[in-house]
Amino acid sequence: MEKLRSRLYRFDLKGSPYLYVLPFFGLFAVFGLFPMAYTAFISTTAWSPRRAGSEDESVGLENYQNLFGDENFHNALINTFGIGLVSTVPQLLLALGIAHLLNYRLRGRLLLRMGVLVPYITSVAAVALIFNQIFARDFGLLNWFLAPFTENPIDWRAEKWASWLAVSAMVTWHWTGYNALIYLAAMQTIPYERYESASIDGASRWQQFRYITIPALRPTIIFTVVVSTIGALQLFAEPFLFDTTRNNNGGSDRQFQTVVLYLYQQFWTNGRYGYAAAIAWTLFGVTVVIALVNFLLARRIRSED
Amino acid sequence: MRTSRRPGSALALAAVSAIVLTACGGEEAADPNAEITLTINVYGDNFSLPDNRSLYDAYEAAHDNVTIVENRSDFGTHHQNLQARLTAGSGTADLEVIEVGQVSGYIGQPDKFVNFNDHGVDSSQWTESTVARASTPDGGTLIGLPTDIGGLAMCYRTDLFAAAGLPTDREQVSALWPTWEDYVATGDRFLANSPKVKWFDAGGHVFTGVLGNEAQTYYDAEGTLIVEKNPVVRDAWDLTVDAIEKGQSAALAEFSPEWNTGFQQGQFATITCPAWMMGYIQANAADTSGKWDIATIPGGSGNWGGSYVTVPAQGANTDAAAELAKWLTSPEQNIELYKMIGNFPSQTSTWTDPEIADYTSEFFSGAPAGTIFPASLENAPVQVYGPQSGVIGNTFAGALNSVEQGTDPDQAWESAMKDIQAAAGEG
Repeated sequence: MEKLRSRLYRFDLKGSPYLYVLPFFGLFAVFGLFPMAYTAFISTTAWSPRRAGSEDESVGLENYQNLFGDENFHNALINTFGIGLVSTVPQLLLALGIAHLLNYRLRGRLLLRMGVLVPYITSVAAVALIFNQIFARDFGLLNWFLAPFTENPIDWRAEKWASWLAVSAMVTWHWTGYNALIYLAAMQTIPYERYESASIDGASRWQQFRYITIPALRPTIIFTVVVSTIGALQLFAEPFLFDTTRNNNGGSDRQFQTVVLYLYQQFWTNGRYGYAAAIAWTLFGVTVVIALVNFLLARRIRSED
Repeated sequence: MRTSRRPGSALALAAVSAIVLTACGGEEAADPNAEITLTINVYGDNFSLPDNRSLYDAYEAAHDNVTIVENRSDFGTHHQNLQARLTAGSGTADLEVIEVGQVSGYIGQPDKFVNFNDHGVDSSQWTESTVARASTPDGGTLIGLPTDIGGLAMCYRTDLFAAAGLPTDREQVSALWPTWEDYVATGDRFLANSPKVKWFDAGGHVFTGVLGNEAQTYYDAEGTLIVEKNPVVRDAWDLTVDAIEKGQSAALAEFSPEWNTGFQQGQFATITCPAWMMGYIQANAADTSGKWDIATIPGGSGNWGGSYVTVPAQGANTDAAAELAKWLTSPEQNIELYKMIGNFPSQTSTWTDPEIADYTSEFFSGAPAGTIFPASLENAPVQVYGPQSGVIGNTFAGALNSVEQGTDPDQAWESAMKDIQAAAGEG
C-alpha cells in the first residue's frame, strides 16, 4: 500500500507535467505535424485529381528540382519579398509614431486607442472591397486625386510597382493599428521618471523619443519585425482579393502573385497537388531561414547594448 | 512509402466497398415513400439556379416525402470544394451544379458520378454539343444534365452606334459583321467617329467568340492538347491582338468591379453576349434600359456559359437525387427559369414554344431574343472539350489582358503557352 502510494506520488511529480502539455501536443500532432508530414509525402508524388492512381506515382525530388528552375516561382518569391518590404517597413514606422502619439495624455485616449484597432478587426474581404474601389483604373478614388498630375489614369494592376503599392497599402492598413497597440503596451512599461529627468536636462520631445523610447522598445521592435516578416512571407488574402484574373494569376502577367497565391494556383487551378506541396515545403524552408537570420541579427543588436 | 501506403488503400477500398454494398442493399429494399432529405450545392447568385426556393417548393409539394436543402457559395469556392470532396470520397451534396467551363474537368472522373444514361434519360432533348460536353469521349457516361445554355449573340449600344454614324437597326447591324474580321473593321469605323468610347469590353471575349465557331480548339478528338500548334487558336489570338493594338478594347477584366462600372458608364459599344448576359446587364446597369439591342454573332455560332446538374455517386440517395435532377432540367422548369432569371433553356423542344420563341426584351429595344439565341446554338459545331478547357480559356483571357496593359504580344503568347503546359500538360 505504502509502495503504491509512493509510486503514485512519483508519477504525479514526474508524469503529470507531461499530461498537462499533452492536449497541446496532441492537437499539434493532428493539425500540425501530420499535415506537414503528409504534405512532405505528397510533394514526392505526381498527384493530380484528373489522373486516377497518380497519388501513388512517386517522382522523388523532381518537383523540387523543377521548382528551382521555375521562373514563375522566382517571380513569386521576388513579389513576396518586394511587397513584404514595401508593406512592413512603413507599417512598423507608422505604428511606432502612432503609439508614441497615443502615449500622450490625450482627451478621449481610450477611444483613440481602440480606434486604431478598427482596421485590424475589419475582415480582409471588406478591406479589399474598399481598396478595389480606391485603386480602380477608371473612376477610382485615388486616380481622381492624381488626375491633375498624371497624363493617363494609372492602371494599378498593370505595373509591378503600382500593384505592389496597392497590395501593400491594404496590408499596412490592416496591420498598423495592431502593431501600434503592441508598441503602446511596451511604452507604458517605461518608467515616467526617465522622461521627467530628461526634460529637466532640457531634452526635446523628439530627443526623448529617440534616446529613451526607442532603446527601451528594442526587444518589442525585434518581436514585431520577426512576426511581420513571417506574416509577409505568407501573404495571400490581399493579393488574392485584388486579383481580377479568373485563374489566380495574381495580375495578368503575375505582377503581384505571391508564393502562397502561386501555391494556391498550382493546387486548385492546375490540380498539381505534388508540385503545390513542394512549394509549401520550400516556403517553409525559406521562412525558417529568414526567421533564423532575424534571430541572429536580433541577438547581435542586443549584445551591442 | 509506396508499400506502406498499400494497406491504407486496401482499407479505404474495403471501406468504400462496404459503403457501396450497404448503399446497394438499401436500394433494393428502398421504400419510395420513405422520408428523405436531398441536399443541393449551387454556385453564384442567379447564374445556375434562382436564389429563391420556388422550384424546390414546387417539387416538395409534388413529392411529400422529399425535403430539399440548398447550399450556395461563390463560383470558385463551390467548384474547389466539390473537387476536394470527390477526392476525399465524402462530403458532397446529393446534387451538385457544375458550370460548363468546369464540367470537362470532371469528365475524367466518371466513376464518381451517377451515369444519367442508366437512369432513362433521353439525351436527344438537347443539342448534340450540349450533351457531348458532359459526356465521356465514348459517349457512354453522361455525368450531368444541362439547365441553361449560353448561345452567343452580339449586344450593342444603339445610342453609341448612332453617335458614331453606324446603323442601329439590328438587321443592318448584323449585316455589318458576317465574320470577325468584319467586326474588327467595323470597330475601326466606330472609333474614327467616337474617340472616347471603346469598341468592346475585353479582348478575351472577342477571342472566346472567334473560337465559338470551331470544333477543335484546345484539344483534339483524342483528348490530346493541341493548343500550341492549332492554327485556328493562333488566328483567333492574332485577330484579337490586332483589334487591341488598334485601340478597340476597354481592357476591363471580366467580372471585375471595373467591368460592372463599364456597363453603367457606357465605356464600350459592343459585347460578346451569351443569353445570360442579358440578365447580367439588366442587373448591373438598369439605367441603360432601352439603349441596348441584340445582333447576330460574327461567324454565326458559339456558346459561353450554362450549367449542369450532377449527382455524385457517393451520395446516399442517388436514385431520388437523379429524379430531382431530371425534374430540374425538364422543359417546364427550363421555361420557368427563363421567365424568372433569363437563363436560356437548353431543351431544344422549348425553342419552338411560344413562351420562348415569341419572347422579346424591352430592355434590349424589343430584340427577339427567343429566336436569336437558338439560331447560334443550332449552327454551333460539336466542340471538343478537355479536362482543362476552362483554365486554358482563362489563361488566354489573362494573357490578352496583359497585352492590353502593354506586354509585348509575342511574349504574352509565350508565357500563355508555358502556363497552359503547367496547367494541362500532365493531362
